Amino acid sequence: MAKIWVYGDPAEGGQGYKTTLEILTRARAIDGAEVGVVVLGPGAAAAAKTFGEYGATTAYVSDDEVFSTHLGGPNAEALHALAQAHSPHAILFPMTYDARDVAGRLAARTGSTIMSNASEVTGADNAQTPVLGGAKITEVSLNGPEPKLVLIRPKAFEASSAGGGEPTIVEVATDVSEDAKKVILTNRHEVQASGPTLEDAPVIVSGGRGLQQADNFKLLEDLAAAIGNCAVGATRAVVDAGWVPYAMQVGQTGKTVKPKVYIAVGISGATQHIVGMKSSDRIVAINKDEEAPIFQLADLGIVGDALKVVPQLTEEVKSRKG
Amino acid sequence: MNIIVCAKQVPDPNNPYEFVDGRLKRDGATNVLDPGDEFGVEAALQLVEAQGGEVTVLSMGPASATEAIRRALSMGAHKGIQITDDALAGADAHATAKVLAAAISKQEDVDLVIASVESTDGYSGVVPQMVAELLGRPSATFAKKVVVDGSTLRIERQTEKGHDDVECPLPALVTVTAGVNEPRYPTFKGIMQAKSKPLETLSLGDLGLSADDVKPTQSVSAMNDAPARGSGEKFTDDGSGAAKVAEFLKEAKVI
Repeated sequence: MAKIWVYGDPAEGGQGYKTTLEILTRARAIDGAEVGVVVLGPGAAAAAKTFGEYGATTAYVSDDEVFSTHLGGPNAEALHALAQAHSPHAILFPMTYDARDVAGRLAARTGSTIMSNASEVTGADNAQTPVLGGAKITEVSLNGPEPKLVLIRPKAFEASSAGGGEPTIVEVATDVSEDAKKVILTNRHEVQASGPTLEDAPVIVSGGRGLQQADNFKLLEDLAAAIGNCAVGATRAVVDAGWVPYAMQVGQTGKTVKPKVYIAVGISGATQHIVGMKSSDRIVAINKDEEAPIFQLADLGIVGDALKVVPQLTEEVKSRKG
Repeated sequence: MNIIVCAKQVPDPNNPYEFVDGRLKRDGATNVLDPGDEFGVEAALQLVEAQGGEVTVLSMGPASATEAIRRALSMGAHKGIQITDDALAGADAHATAKVLAAAISKQEDVDLVIASVESTDGYSGVVPQMVAELLGRPSATFAKKVVVDGSTLRIERQTEKGHDDVECPLPALVTVTAGVNEPRYPTFKGIMQAKSKPLETLSLGDLGLSADDVKPTQSVSAMNDAPARGSGEKFTDDGSGAAKVAEFLKEAKVI
């Protein structure tokens, strides 16, 4: 019997705990797994039933605000106390901003091994991760003290309900130390996005340095608007250059995406980028360098000037949509 | 205000990977200061330029990593600390965090530690938080704006939908995202000055750590080929490229 816990990112509550459900789906299929879920923050208790449907037999929850306003300090402390009391063999985290804060702090407290960017978990002590831009998959043995900590990239698994019943609910204590509350979230600012998110969009058009300058991202936005239900992404190089914000980054240090069609514009195909998009159903590449590695992955490659082809494509799409 | 910037030397991420006979081509690979770390160095320089103090660049890596530290010094950082030890080859997140935390503890009056959100080559993305926990410091992460106001650190934290305002008391650790500022290019004068700036090299023993403290907590048990993805058709644009893509989108039923 392997006691496997899934840590649900409270910040994901607004999106129905997507990644948490993906990981629960995988966790319950691990041989002999007894699955628990830990979700701390407003809305956690109400979601417990759903976690049960997806395979959790125990849900450790708290709705207390202390877990959503201090950037992981209280969550790491509470999770540490829970782990000491219940001795899980492994804790699986989604690789999200907030869960990284919690997992990192917990690892430093327990001395447990911590593995990031996992694409598959095959047991309490084994996980897999892509390397070399996804050309190879390494199988990693997790050693040392339990719980083993594994951060899993969003979209590694397809979520599906197991039709499970209500889990046993364990209320988590909220008496966290003052030290863990030193970081304070004072205000949230949400930009009203017009289109779908990178995670949800069926089509993504992404830009790289081949676009030459920040202003030319407008061409991609126009194309995305013409296609409809299309999100705009970017490579790390152009995020580093300050053209677009970090949240738009697709790649190993950004988001993993799996749209129906991924259109890579002015993207050479650095390892960094490929690992985040190579699982797209279909890939289109537009690049003026015919030797660009991105063409090795593309179902359709256009060797040409992106600054010419993209505006033409926007018009072609408009005319086909009538 | 004294700041330590954690920095790393990485293979130049702007070189696309290439396979020759099924193996990664490494000839001619160049190493650089991680582009993500340039933002940390720049953030530190801007803070001390406004408020006084010193910027120390801290890097764990092989002897060749000196070049990455020199790059940060040529941007304007005041001194460097390099941790080099044969026992650190293959160091994992735990080992790295322990070493960085031990090196930071040895310095006096460090108000702020700055790191990038993740390295470009290892990208575990959890080392800074581990360092903060080992040092007993608060960590404000994923900053896209950094302000120090007296003894308070204020950041705008990148979120999926915008940003959060976050604050904590100093001493603290902050991680910065790419694009938080515009890193300066080293000037000729800066490059010349960097050559005479203090650079201390320390071993594990100097930090009070042993090889046992940094032994890896995980091991690769197998490496397999990922399912290959074949390439399809490639056309040189003769004016009909856009129409071909539009047809492709139509066939895929996304327009």
